[in-house]
Amino acid sequence: MRSLEDLIADAPTFRGLAPDQIALIAGCGANERFEAGAALQREGEPADRFFLIREGAVALQIQAPGRGEIVIETLQPGEVVGFSWLFEPHRWQFDARANEPTRVIAFDGACLRGKCEADHELGYELMRRFAWALTERLQATRLQLLDVYGHGRRG
Amino acid sequence: MAAAAEALTDVPGPMVPAPWTVRSKRRDTADTWTLELEPAAGGAISFEPGQFTMLSAFGTGEVPISISGDPGSASGPLVHTVRAVGLATQAICDADVGDRLSVRGPFGRPWPTAELAGRDVLVVAGGIGLAPLRPAILSLLAGRERHGRLALLYGGREPEQLLYPSELQGWPELGIDVAVTVDSAGPEWLGHVGVVTRLVARAEIDPARTSALLCGPEVMMRFTVAALTRAGVAAQDIHVSMERNMQCGIGHCGHCQLGPSLVCRDGPVYRWSELEPWLAIREL
Amino acid sequence: MPASHTLERRDLDDLFAALSRRGYTILGPTVQSQAIVYGELRSSADLPGGWTDQQEAGHYRLRRRTDEALFGYNVGPHSWKVRQLPSERRIFRARRDADGGLCDIEQPAPDERRYAFLGVRSCELHAMGILDRVLLGGAHPDPVERAAREGVFIVAVQCTQAGGTCFCSSMGTGPEATRGYDLAMTEVIEDGRHYFVLDVGSESGAELLGELTHTPAEPSAQEAARALRALAAEQMGRELDTSDIRDLLYRNYESPRWDEVADRCLSCGNCTMVCPTCFCTSVEDVTDLAGDSVERVQRWDSCFTVDYSHIHGGSVRASTRSRYRQWMTHKLATWIDQFGSSGCVGCGRCITWCPVGIDITEEARAIREEDGVRDAFA
Repeated sequence: MRSLEDLIADAPTFRGLAPDQIALIAGCGANERFEAGAALQREGEPADRFFLIREGAVALQIQAPGRGEIVIETLQPGEVVGFSWLFEPHRWQFDARANEPTRVIAFDGACLRGKCEADHELGYELMRRFAWALTERLQATRLQLLDVYGHGRRG
Repeated sequence: MAAAAEALTDVPGPMVPAPWTVRSKRRDTADTWTLELEPAAGGAISFEPGQFTMLSAFGTGEVPISISGDPGSASGPLVHTVRAVGLATQAICDADVGDRLSVRGPFGRPWPTAELAGRDVLVVAGGIGLAPLRPAILSLLAGRERHGRLALLYGGREPEQLLYPSELQGWPELGIDVAVTVDSAGPEWLGHVGVVTRLVARAEIDPARTSALLCGPEVMMRFTVAALTRAGVAAQDIHVSMERNMQCGIGHCGHCQLGPSLVCRDGPVYRWSELEPWLAIREL
Repeated sequence: MPASHTLERRDLDDLFAALSRRGYTILGPTVQSQAIVYGELRSSADLPGGWTDQQEAGHYRLRRRTDEALFGYNVGPHSWKVRQLPSERRIFRARRDADGGLCDIEQPAPDERRYAFLGVRSCELHAMGILDRVLLGGAHPDPVERAAREGVFIVAVQCTQAGGTCFCSSMGTGPEATRGYDLAMTEVIEDGRHYFVLDVGSESGAELLGELTHTPAEPSAQEAARALRALAAEQMGRELDTSDIRDLLYRNYESPRWDEVADRCLSCGNCTMVCPTCFCTSVEDVTDLAGDSVERVQRWDSCFTVDYSHIHGGSVRASTRSRYRQWMTHKLATWIDQFGSSGCVGCGRCITWCPVGIDITEEARAIREEDGVRDAFA
C-alpha cells in the first residue's frame, strides 16, 4: 500500500521536490475514485480542487449549442487536471469526466495556496512545475489548432 | 513506310505505365478509399515497405501514392489507400471494381527494415501517414522475434477519420502495442484526445534501443521528432517519409527536389539526421 | 600531340557534302530573327558569315564583322539541349478501353534521321555531358532519349574569341574543347587566307576527314590556331570564383542577397529556357473532348513558376526569393550532390537573356562577400 507521499513523488509534475515539500503537499491531498462517466468538475463551478491522476483517464470537455459535448483533450496518469484553483475567480473553464474507472489524488486548492503563501520556496517550486505542465499543454494545443490532418490553409 | 508512322515499341520505357485492374474497393473515411489492384497484363510486382507507385486513372495525370499492402505476400494484390484531394486522386477514388488504372513503379527508398533487427521500433503515424507505414508494420509483425518492443502511436483528426480500425484492434495480439489519439471527438469517444506527440511522452521508450518510423503531415513529424529527441532518441535512429511534387518518379523532371536530394530517388524515406538541416530552411 | 590538318575555306562545303552523303541532317548556327540560332544547314552559305554577337547582361545584338568569319561569335539563345530533351515530347498516346484503362498504347517511333551538329562549342560539349548524366546516368535511363544521343556526329568549333557574358574558364569547361567531338575546327583568317585547323577526335571523324580536301597543318597554322584559342581564354567577359562554391551556398541560404535579387527578378524563367543544362519538365495528360483518347506529354517547365513546387496545401516555394535561390543553388551547389558535377558551364546565356540583367557571377560574388551575414527578416 503506497503512501500519498510516494504517489506524489512519482508523478512527473512533482518530480524533484524535497521530501519535506512533498509532505506539505500531501497534507492537502486525499485519495479519491471516480466511476467511468462520472464528472470530476463542471464548467463554471467553484474551482476549489485539482486532481493528480493515478490510474485511468480523464476527458476535458466543452459544451457548445448545436455541437453537443466536444472532447478537447484527454489526460493520463501522472498529469494534473485543473489549474483554475491557482487564480481568481477560481472557476472551472471546462467539464472533466472520467473515461474509465479513475483513481486520483484530490488536492484542496485553498489549503495548498495557503501553504505556498507561507513558504515561498515551496510556492516557487510548485509554480515552476505547473508552468512547465501548462507550457507543454499549450504547445500541444497549438499543434491541435493547426488541424494538420484537415484540408486547406492551416496545415 | 508512310512518313511519321507510329508503332508499339518493344521496350516500353520507364515513363509508360502498365494496366492494373481494381479487384476490390473499400471506403475508409469520407474522403479516403483503399483499392486492391491486380495486374491486367504481366506479373505482380514486389515492393519494399515505404515505396510508392505513380498511379493514374484515365486522362487525369499521375500522382505518387505509397503502397500500403503486405510486402511479404508475393502474389498478393497491389494495395493503395488514397485520399481524394484533387482531380487525379478523385478520379482514382471514383474507379469501380473492374475498372483499370495505370501503374508505374515501385519507386523510392524504403523504410530501413534491415537496420531494425534487434531493436525496439516505435511507429508514429499521422492521418493518412498510416498507409505508407502499414507495410512496415506488417513486415515487423511477420518477423516479430527479430525485434524488441514494437509500438504504434497513431493520430487522426476525428474518430471517423481513423484508418484500418479492425487492424488497429487486432495488432496488439500480434505483438505491437497500439495507442490512438484524435484532435477532437464527441463524448462517445472514450480514447485519447490530443495530438500524437503527447503519446510519445508516455510511450516508455528506451532511447538507446529505439528506432522510430514517422509518417504524417510535415508539421506533425517535426513536433514528433522534437518529442522523441526530448525522450533521448538519436536523430540517426529516426526515419521520416517525405512528400514533394512528383511528376516522373524517376529523377528526371526536377520537381521533387529537396535541397541536394530528389525525393523520388533519395527518399521518400530519409534519416532525420541527414534531413534536419535542410528542413530548417524555409521554402527550401 | 596528334597531328592537325588544314582545310581551306573554299573547301569547307566538302564537309557538308561528306556529311550529307552519309545521310546526316546537319544542324548548326544560322541567322534568324536577329539572333544566331540552331537550324538545318545545307551549305556553308547558311552559316552566319561575317556576323558577330554583342552580349551583355540583358543585351544581345548582332553586328557585322570586318571579315567574313563563319564562327566569329559565341552562343545564342538556342542550346543543344533541345535535341536531348525536346521542349515537348509525347510519351505515349492511347485510347480508353471499356474498363476505363489504357489500350492501344502507342509510343512515338524514334526519329529515324541521323544528325550532325556543326559548330558545337566547348561549353556546349560539357553541357551535353552534364545532361547525359541527369537523363541517362540514373536508375531509369529513357531508351528514346538514349537513342537520340547515339549516332550524332559532332563537329566542334574552338572559340577564338570570348563573349561579354562568357565565363567557361571559371567553370573549367573551356574555352578549348579537348574531347567529346568527332572533329574540331579552329577558324583562322590571316594575311588574306581563310582556313580551318582541324583536329580529329574519333574514328568516325578520321574517316570523314579522309573525304575532305585537306593537308597536314604547317607549324605556323597550328601556332596561329593555338594563339587564337589562347586569346579567347583571355577575353572572358565574366568570372566566377568556384572555390568551395557548394559549401558557400549551403551556409548562406538566409543571405540578405536573396532578398536583393528577388526585388529585381521577374520570375520569368528565361534563364531556365536558354540554359543548356536546365532539365525540369512537367508531365501532363491531354485528352480529347470526348474523353476517349489521351496523350501523355512531357514538356519543359521551370522552377520559377509558382506551382512548380505545389503540394497539398500550396507551393513550397511561394516567394520569388525562394525560387531564385532554388535555381541558383541548384545550378552551382546541389547539382554537385545530385549528379556529381556542377550544373553550370559558364556559357553566360542566363546573363544575356535575363530581361533585367541579373548576373549569376555577380550574385555569387555578392554572396561570397556577405558570407555569414544572416537576413534579419528571413
